[in-house]
Amino acid sequence: MHAFATILGDDKAVLQPDHRPWPRYQVDEAAWIRAAHAMRNGVCTLVGYWGEAKQVHLALATASYDALCVLSLACPEGHFPSIALVHLPAARLERTIADLFHLRARGAADLRPWLDHGRWAAGVGAAPAGSAYAFLPVEGESLHQIPVGPVHAGIIEPGHFRFTACGETVVRLEERLGYVHKGIERLMAGASLAKAARLAGRISGDSTVAYAIAFAGAIEAATATRVPPRAQWLRGLMAELERIANHLGDIGAICNDAAFSVMLAHCGLLREQVLRAAEACFGHRLMMDRVVPGGVATDLTDAGAVHIEALIGEIRRCLPPLISLYDNAASLQDRTVGTGFLRPELATRFGCGGVVGRASGRAIDVRRRPSYPPYDQLAFDVPVLMQGDVNARVWIRIREVECSLALMTQMLRRLPAGPLATTIAAGDNAGSPQEGMALVEGFRGDILVWVRLNPDGSIDRCHPRDPSWFQWPLLETVIDGNIVADFPLCNKSFNCSYSGHDL
Amino acid sequence: MDAGSCNGCELEIHALNNIVYDLERFGLRFVASPRHADVLLVTGPVTVNMREALQRTYDATPAPKWVVAVGDCALDGGVFAGSYAVVGGVAKVVPVDLHIPGCPPTPQQLLSGLLALLQTTS
Ligand code: SF4
Repeated sequence: MHAFATILGDDKAVLQPDHRPWPRYQVDEAAWIRAAHAMRNGVCTLVGYWGEAKQVHLALATASYDALCVLSLACPEGHFPSIALVHLPAARLERTIADLFHLRARGAADLRPWLDHGRWAAGVGAAPAGSAYAFLPVEGESLHQIPVGPVHAGIIEPGHFRFTACGETVVRLEERLGYVHKGIERLMAGASLAKAARLAGRISGDSTVAYAIAFAGAIEAATATRVPPRAQWLRGLMAELERIANHLGDIGAICNDAAFSVMLAHCGLLREQVLRAAEACFGHRLMMDRVVPGGVATDLTDAGAVHIEALIGEIRRCLPPLISLYDNAASLQDRTVGTGFLRPELATRFGCGGVVGRASGRAIDVRRRPSYPPYDQLAFDVPVLMQGDVNARVWIRIREVECSLALMTQMLRRLPAGPLATTIAAGDNAGSPQEGMALVEGFRGDILVWVRLNPDGSIDRCHPRDPSWFQWPLLETVIDGNIVADFPLCNKSFNCSYSGHDL
Repeated sequence: MDAGSCNGCELEIHALNNIVYDLERFGLRFVASPRHADVLLVTGPVTVNMREALQRTYDATPAPKWVVAVGDCALDGGVFAGSYAVVGGVAKVVPVDLHIPGCPPTPQQLLSGLLALLQTTS
C-alpha cells in the first residue's frame, strides 16, 4: 500500500472494500494529478485507464510491478484533469473515454475522436457524424503522403496508416484505428458470466487463452474463488501452447516480409503441429472457451500429455536448424538488424509489455511479477535484449519459445491431480459490489481485465485492456527514418492486435 | 477481407497457405487487391466502422464475383450480434454466395467450402 503513499496523500483517498487482489482508492483531483506526475517521473507505470458513467479509473503499477492499485475519480460534471497532458501514453485512452463515455479530459492537447468514426447510432459516440478525420499536418519540402488501409493487401486486420515520406524514407507515420470496434464492453454489461466469458475469449482471437485466463482471474478475484490447482496448471499449459503457436507464426511471418519465405514454410509447419496438438488435447485448435471462470472446461488425458511431450520434442529438434538459418542468412539479417529501432526509454515510459518491451530492455513479464499460478511455482527465464530492433524482437521470440517449452515440460511433470473447476460464488456479498482485476501475460504482453459484478452474479462493468494500447503508439516512432518497404517488417515485428485494441 | 473479426478466423485462413493445406495446389490463391479477385473471403460481424470499406471492396471486385462469408460472426454477428457497433452479418451489406460456419472454421472446413464453391461455379 505504501508504494503509492505519496500519490494518495494523507487522508483524502478512500479505500474501497471488495476490490481484489489489489486495492482501489476513490481519490480527489489532486491525487489524480500526483499520479500523472508519478508516471511521468517513472515512479509508476500506467497499466490501465478506463471510464464508466461519471467516473474514470486508473490502474498503476510500481516500476517493478511488485505492487499495483486502482485510482478512481468521480467526475459528476463530465470532465476530469487530463493525465495525457502530463504523461503522453494516456492520450489514446483518454480519447476513447471521451468516445465511449462522453467524459472530457480537461487540458488534453488532442481532443480528436479515436475509436468513434462518427458512424454509430446517434447518442452512442461523441464524434460528429460524417466529419472527416483530421490527420496531423506535416510540412516540409518534397514530402508526399501514402495512405494505406483500412483494407490491406495481406490477410491482416483493418487499420489505416498515413505515411509521410521523403523519397523512400518515412518521415512520419500516423495511425488511425477503431475500424474493428465491436462494442464489446457494452455487450458485456449485464451479460451472464458464461456469455461474457465467450466474449472475453473473442477480444483478440490469437490471445483467446490469455484473455480467458485474465477474465476468469478477474472474476475469481472479485468473488474470492479458489481455483483448483489442476485447473491452474492446465491453464498454464494452454497459455504456453498459445504463446509458442503465435511466436512461431510471427518469426516465420517477419522473415517472410523480408522475402525469406523458407522460414515461413518451416515455422508455419511447426505452428500447425502446435494447433493440432491443441485440438487433440483440448478439443479446439485455438483452445477457445477451454478456460472458464472457476477452472477449465477440458481435462488433459494421459494420451494428451504424451502428445504434448512429443510436440515439445519435435519443436526442440526442428528449432535449432531454423535458428541458424535465420542467423546465417546475410540478406535476411540485412533487413532485420538495425531496422525499426525502439528506444528503451520510450518502451519504459509507455509501459510497453511483451516481446516489444523486452527487446528494448524492459524486463517486465507479469508471469514473473506480480505473478499468478502456476508460474509462481515454476522456474523460468525472462529473456531481455537492449538492441530494440526487428532482429532483437525476433530473438526474444526465439528465446521465449525455448522458455515455454521448458515451462511445459515442468508443468507436464508436476501436473497436480484433482477437480477441473469450482463454482463461482458470485452475488452473495450483501454490502458493496464485488470487483476484481487480473493481469495475465499473453504472447503479446500483459493483458489487464477489470470487472465489477452485479448482485445477481452478472457483469456490471468489464474493461479488458490489450497490450497493444501501449505498443501501437511506439510503432509510429520506430518507422521514422526507415524506408517505406521496411514498414511491413516493423509492423510484423510488433504484431499489435487491432481487434484487441479497438474492442 | 476482415470486416471486424476477432482475428481468429484470419489465423485459420492464414493456415490455408501453410505447406500442409497448400491452397495453391487447388488453383486458389490470395491476391493483394480486390481488383485481382474473383472471390471475396469476408470475416467478422461487419462493424459499423467497416461497412463502407466492405461495400467499396465489393464494388472494386470485377464481375463475375463470389462472396464467401467465413465464421459464425459473418453469418449474423455471432457473439457480437446486437451491438451498436456491429451491422450483424456480411449479407446485410453485400450478397453472400456461401457461408462457412465455425468459430473459427478449421482450415479443412475452409478448404472444403472453397472447393465446393469451385465445383458449383465451374
Ligand atoms: S467467427 Fe469466431 S473466430 Fe471468427 S471472427 Fe468471429 S469470433 Fe472470431
